[in-house]
Amino acid sequence: MSVSYALLGLLEQRPSHGYDLKRQYDEYFGRDKPLPFGQVYATLSRLARDGRVLAEGSSPGEGPERKLYAITPEGQAALAAWLARPEPPEPHLQTILAIKTILAILLGRPAETYLDAQRHAHLERMRELTAVRREGPLLDGLLADHAIFHLEADLRWIELTAARLEQLATELGGPGRTALAKELHR
Amino acid sequence: MNDASNGYLLSCRGLQKWFGPTPALRGADFGVRPGEIVAVMGPSGSGKSTLLHCLAGILTPDEGQVSFDGRRLDTLNEARRSELRRASFGFVFQFGQLVPELSALENIALPLLLAGRRRSVAYARARRWFAPLGLDGLEDRRSGELSGGESQRVALARGLVAEPRVLFADEPTGALDSLTGEQVMDLLVDGARELGTTVVMVTHEARVAAYADREVMVRDGRVSDPSGLTQAPSGPNGAAPTARDVSGHRPTDPTADPAADPTAS
Repeated sequence: MSVSYALLGLLEQRPSHGYDLKRQYDEYFGRDKPLPFGQVYATLSRLARDGRVLAEGSSPGEGPERKLYAITPEGQAALAAWLARPEPPEPHLQTILAIKTILAILLGRPAETYLDAQRHAHLERMRELTAVRREGPLLDGLLADHAIFHLEADLRWIELTAARLEQLATELGGPGRTALAKELHR
Repeated sequence: MNDASNGYLLSCRGLQKWFGPTPALRGADFGVRPGEIVAVMGPSGSGKSTLLHCLAGILTPDEGQVSFDGRRLDTLNEARRSELRRASFGFVFQFGQLVPELSALENIALPLLLAGRRRSVAYARARRWFAPLGLDGLEDRRSGELSGGESQRVALARGLVAEPRVLFADEPTGALDSLTGEQVMDLLVDGARELGTTVVMVTHEARVAAYADREVMVRDGRVSDPSGLTQAPSGPNGAAPTARDVSGHRPTDPTADPAADPTAS
């Protein structure tokens, strides 16, 4: 799921071949878990089927590795919507939140705004769980507490990442750097 | 009185505050409705405590205005603001800030004594807070003889004893472990709800903020409200309320020395 959006994000920077996409993906998102080639091409063909990318410059019969992939307006819209939409506040979101943040910086989109929206979604959920703990029996409270502490871990990560956006942008050196700096110093 | 028409009990608009060359607030807008509990979040140095102190009349903003109950607060002189704080505001800070020479009972009674209540009345009302806060038997202890959680509950009782319209809390569980912090927050929220007290609570802890009805973020001296409830009202400020005697509707104590106000730190 997040792999297809990550590839869309990389393609929004510039059209690319499958091999380069994999290399970039591994560099930014797959440092501990490289993306298998098979998954790259399977994902790209699914994206092409859904009209989110176009495969150019290939003649019939040629393998997928020869094709140049480009994002379509539909793909851009889907990517923008995914980036801006907070994830359901469940535990263990590190990977997907990291992907969103890195992509936002690479693409010059408002990473800070996305993190704010995510924080708000998390806090909404924490409020619900806090109410459960305060009003319900302790047995429910035990489970609520567990979920609350996991959400808190995510929220700490969100705070820390928000505080490090500029540093992250410098390290990534993407086109988003200027836009982000502007956003942070508005 | 735009903010009154927004239903705000306490609000500020365009607040700016500088400490020397350093801006702490750079155009902060905020509002809280009666009975609401709002968490003010943000990184260290974002200006959230300065915002709280300006709202509470502890600091005077350099620009912008603060309104409480439909009246301007920022234009009052220090004596008037001090009266208003005693009459309408309660405070809980990170470290209880109990007066070490006083017993728990005397600490809780302090706001009432400073407001000029008779000693017997003040102590009787203070005493009522011990049982619900689980402080029974600790009336005569000094702050050095109380645990962190007990101290903070005494501080909470002191903040609520005068039944303030607004309770200001700055990292109210800051120095406490999880369970003790949870107990203090349970008591704070229950106490405020029961009294109908509005709460403005600065915290960097999400678990504490989750007790509030909503949260706002302070960053670089500005407030953003992710739930979109405190957008600054459009249009220029109309007939700005004058500093017409905010404390006039409350009994005043001309003998009280504002410098002795424990909340004025």
